[in-house]
Amino acid sequence: MFSNNRTGWLLLSPTIFILILVGLVPFFYVLYVGFFKWNPLAVDPSMQFEGFGYNYRQLIFDEVFLSSIWRSIRFAVVTLFFELSLGFLLALSLLSSFPLKSFFRGVHTLPLVIAPIVVGSIFKLFTVQGLGPLPHFLKDFFGYTLNYGLNADQAFWMIVIMDIWHWTPFVTLTLLAGLSALPQDPYESAKIDGANNFQIFIYITIPMMVPVLIVVIFIRLMDSLKIVDEVWMLTGGGPGYATRFTGIHIWKEVFEKRFYGFGSAMSILYLYITIVICWLLYSVMVSRGKSED
Amino acid sequence: MLWFQGVKVKIRKIIGKIFTTILWSILTIITLFPIYWMVLVSTRTPVELFGKPNLSPTFFQKIHWKNFTKPFIDGIYSDYLFNSIIVATSNAALVTILALMATYALSRFKLPGSESIFFWTMTNRMAPPAAFMLPLFLLFSTVFKFGDFTLFDTKIGLILLYCVFNLPFAIWLLKGIIDGIPKELDEAMIVDGANLFTVFWKLIIPLAAPGIAVTSLLSFLFAWNEYLLASTLTSVYARTIPTGLSEFVTTTGTNWGTMAAVALVSMIPALIFLFLVQRYIVAGLTFGAVKG
Repeated sequence: MFSNNRTGWLLLSPTIFILILVGLVPFFYVLYVGFFKWNPLAVDPSMQFEGFGYNYRQLIFDEVFLSSIWRSIRFAVVTLFFELSLGFLLALSLLSSFPLKSFFRGVHTLPLVIAPIVVGSIFKLFTVQGLGPLPHFLKDFFGYTLNYGLNADQAFWMIVIMDIWHWTPFVTLTLLAGLSALPQDPYESAKIDGANNFQIFIYITIPMMVPVLIVVIFIRLMDSLKIVDEVWMLTGGGPGYATRFTGIHIWKEVFEKRFYGFGSAMSILYLYITIVICWLLYSVMVSRGKSED
Repeated sequence: MLWFQGVKVKIRKIIGKIFTTILWSILTIITLFPIYWMVLVSTRTPVELFGKPNLSPTFFQKIHWKNFTKPFIDGIYSDYLFNSIIVATSNAALVTILALMATYALSRFKLPGSESIFFWTMTNRMAPPAAFMLPLFLLFSTVFKFGDFTLFDTKIGLILLYCVFNLPFAIWLLKGIIDGIPKELDEAMIVDGANLFTVFWKLIIPLAAPGIAVTSLLSFLFAWNEYLLASTLTSVYARTIPTGLSEFVTTTGTNWGTMAAVALVSMIPALIFLFLVQRYIVAGLTFGAVKG
């Protein structure tokens, strides 16, 4: 029966159909719309063809869009740095035994299952001026005014802190899973040879953890580049352009200004940049895998 | 002097343990405190929230139930909740069934190009939803038209849409499990005259049951939590609870108590889920690249 491929294709066809309908068709459609000048709120609301590069030529000189991409990348790298260092430390600490360990671990898993939009709400309630305890606390004890509705730097770092709160558990648990699966022999021989804990960490743990680290970096970078929901809830992309990440920028251009053609070109470029980063990391992963075989 | 060395090592170990426990206690407080504050806000009247934040657990004495009844009984949020339940449940069911079929095909048949199909489904997951927001909005509202019926603002639209994100990951999760079921078992059943449906019902589903449960729960959670596309592709009739939550932001003079109550209610499935499949979360989130 398994030589009869018709049954196989029949089983696979609904999946392929749905993925084409809501995955592939939208991709080609946005590619198509990107070649047109199209704004339904303009004097002429129809689609006009003005040469293939019309929107893209504008896009290359659009400072706000380019800075939003730069902001997203900066955000992704900054959060990755903090989450990775903190997560690694916590994962290492979870290898030893201490009181209430499983309780702590359970609580640590909690943020992972909370919806991004709810995380945004939780942080809004916690940090907003006039309601949240955090601004009050900072004011009373340190004389520091926290008002990310006005201060651009505070807004950016507030989002970073929120992301660390939300996703460090993911890094911790993934690295912990990787660490627990490591073979024990190299550690024993290192100890016999008289290596100290720091040397063991640098020369044994890190090199053996590289495959898991790459997976974590890959997933975290992709997710950070996608960020919209939490930011939308907490700051709405403001103040000014301070937290306007690429996703939010596209939303504003498309659904507030109704720049359909231009927005499509933006979506394509955004997709392209993510794919390039994705592909770079993927090829690093594959070449690592090959060198180890 | 050897006993002294031993004591030194022991003391160092105990200090390490104390230090780790303190570190994790602080972390736990940092994790739980914002959530605790949200619970406090959801049980208080606007007047009680005015002024200096009061951190004592007042919900033991008095709960301002109006924060919950206003949106969920008098307001539109019961509809949102209902939509969310329908969309997430149907999506989880659809994804699980389709993924089982697809995975079985990818695992048992030697289909030409099945590797590329597998890879292609994965790329769907990695794409940023914000890039697909506009084309999906245009397609759903104008292009995919059957008479007067469009997919825009319908639950069916959302159910189909979430397949793009859930199917790849469901296939990935199930593939390892179905590959692990020996092919000989299927063949033996078929030689005995069973059809494909019986093979699924009597062999694959019972053996893959834990994997199927995890897949459907994770799909449910994703569909329940999704916000961006739900908010752009619905307007009145199919709005889900996360989109309802974001409506609090734009209105002037937010009613914080109600917002906290809605956020709290929308967190319930996540909490239940946490108890059920905590062990599988890592494998689920990393596509099984790292086993939890």
